[in-house]
Amino acid sequence: MFDFSIVTKWFDELLRVTCGLGNFSAILIECVLVGLIILIAYAVLAIILIFMERKVCAYFQCRIGPVRVGWWGTLQVLADVLKMLIKEIFIVDKADKLLYYLAPFLVIAASVGTFSFLPWNNGAHILDFNVGIFLVTAVSSIGVLGVFIAGWASNNKYSVLSAMRGAVQMISYELSLGLCLISAVILTGTMQISGIVEAQTGPWQWLIFQGHIPALLAFLVFCVAGNAEANRGPFDLAEAESELTAGYHTEYSGMGFGFYYLAEYLNLFVISGLATTVFLGGWAPVNIGVEAFDAVMDLIPGLFWFLAKTFFVVFLLMWIRWTFPRLRVDQILKLEWKYLMPLSLVILVLMTVCVAFGWTFTIA
Amino acid sequence: MENKQSYFGEVKSAFKTLALGMKVTMKEYFTPKSTEQYPENRKTTLHVAKRHRGRLVFKRDENENYKCTACTMCEKACPNGTIKILSEMVTNEETGRKKKQLLDYEYDLGDCMFCELCVNACNFDAIEFTNDFENAVFDRSKLVLHLDKEIYKGGSLPNLIEGGADWEVGTFNTKKK
Repeated sequence: MFDFSIVTKWFDELLRVTCGLGNFSAILIECVLVGLIILIAYAVLAIILIFMERKVCAYFQCRIGPVRVGWWGTLQVLADVLKMLIKEIFIVDKADKLLYYLAPFLVIAASVGTFSFLPWNNGAHILDFNVGIFLVTAVSSIGVLGVFIAGWASNNKYSVLSAMRGAVQMISYELSLGLCLISAVILTGTMQISGIVEAQTGPWQWLIFQGHIPALLAFLVFCVAGNAEANRGPFDLAEAESELTAGYHTEYSGMGFGFYYLAEYLNLFVISGLATTVFLGGWAPVNIGVEAFDAVMDLIPGLFWFLAKTFFVVFLLMWIRWTFPRLRVDQILKLEWKYLMPLSLVILVLMTVCVAFGWTFTIA
Repeated sequence: MENKQSYFGEVKSAFKTLALGMKVTMKEYFTPKSTEQYPENRKTTLHVAKRHRGRLVFKRDENENYKCTACTMCEKACPNGTIKILSEMVTNEETGRKKKQLLDYEYDLGDCMFCELCVNACNFDAIEFTNDFENAVFDRSKLVLHLDKEIYKGGSLPNLIEGGADWEVGTFNTKKK
């Protein structure tokens, strides 16, 4: 596989040796560049995802979606972004001003934060700690705070109701999300995201194959919990349009609302990306153990594999979203505490037993 | 309905019903879409079903005579007061019989809700709905039509009364010519 760290090392050397910059300025330039790349990728992916959502949703509802702006409606989202940018940002009179302003930034910070953990390619990890998976769940929790603060600060009954629902749901589902990630950590023996992906290179080494039954169950639970975590699909009762107007972001306009919109779609991408990283092998190509086939697959860059697999999971989640009706709040809690949480604990035990006895699927 | 399923029975039936739902939507995803690309295709592939209720017209025979006898059954049947009929009693000089004669059949398209109760109420098969749907005008007063005065020969689109083009599902029909 192509190792992207060759490029990053070359650039680092270019700054330090060729340009003769010191430690501080070299790292500063690199950080700014990486941050720029993340934000651009974030915005571009958001546009792609919103367009994809509109099209996929239309096709599930026997429509054809936007077709008028640009070829096959491709410029529709850009037009929407433009509209949102030029809208007036107004302040609710009796809102808690500080929290009201702070909330969208918390949400977007959590979203960008988790986004930067995704492994794009071999050697192209942006944040790669030895406790990576753990940190992802920690950073994503900031988003819950953003949602809750937004509802509270808006000084609107519906928003508070929605924020409460959102907080209850996200805090509950984080549990099974975390447990599923832990079962993957047991299998790979590392919390570092690059390590988890590297453990999945090779023929039939994706965790979903390696860990067979428990990993498959964990993947399913992860998809359900992730969907709830991203406030989407049958779990969108935090913004339940028909009941709460728009939920916690009712009182936001312009880019304040735009941030929530962005974060919603990017959270979907991040959840799918994490599912890909942990269960579907991240940037690892499809290897089936036949040498010629594997060699050809290895030629395809890891970025392509990662995006392809992530968008596959995104499609899966969109399929779920546009199929099932919204759950009630008691049903959501029942699903988590009576079904998913015990199931993920069982998965954890199963996985531990499998790993301890060496019953994992490997081709030597 | 009382739920008497066991814990695992619930899980099983949940999986079954969820899978069924997913199957239905996936089938729908690949079903050809029937969306009409209206302004582009209005002169080419536009199809409007014959039974579509666009507006009310008088049925006329080959000599362009209408059958309306001004009995006002349609006016009474109309829930919106869309139809207003003016008539007078005319004495036939030969037989000496009195007969009602239509003076004005006023139909306010802007008030009509296309329920077809007037057509159902008509005993003389004098009125019908056509599928001519391009009824937009810039002034409300232009929507007040006098059906006995006008001789309806089809609307703004050719062949529309026969239903237009054949109904095709799944083609992206934006052809302008």
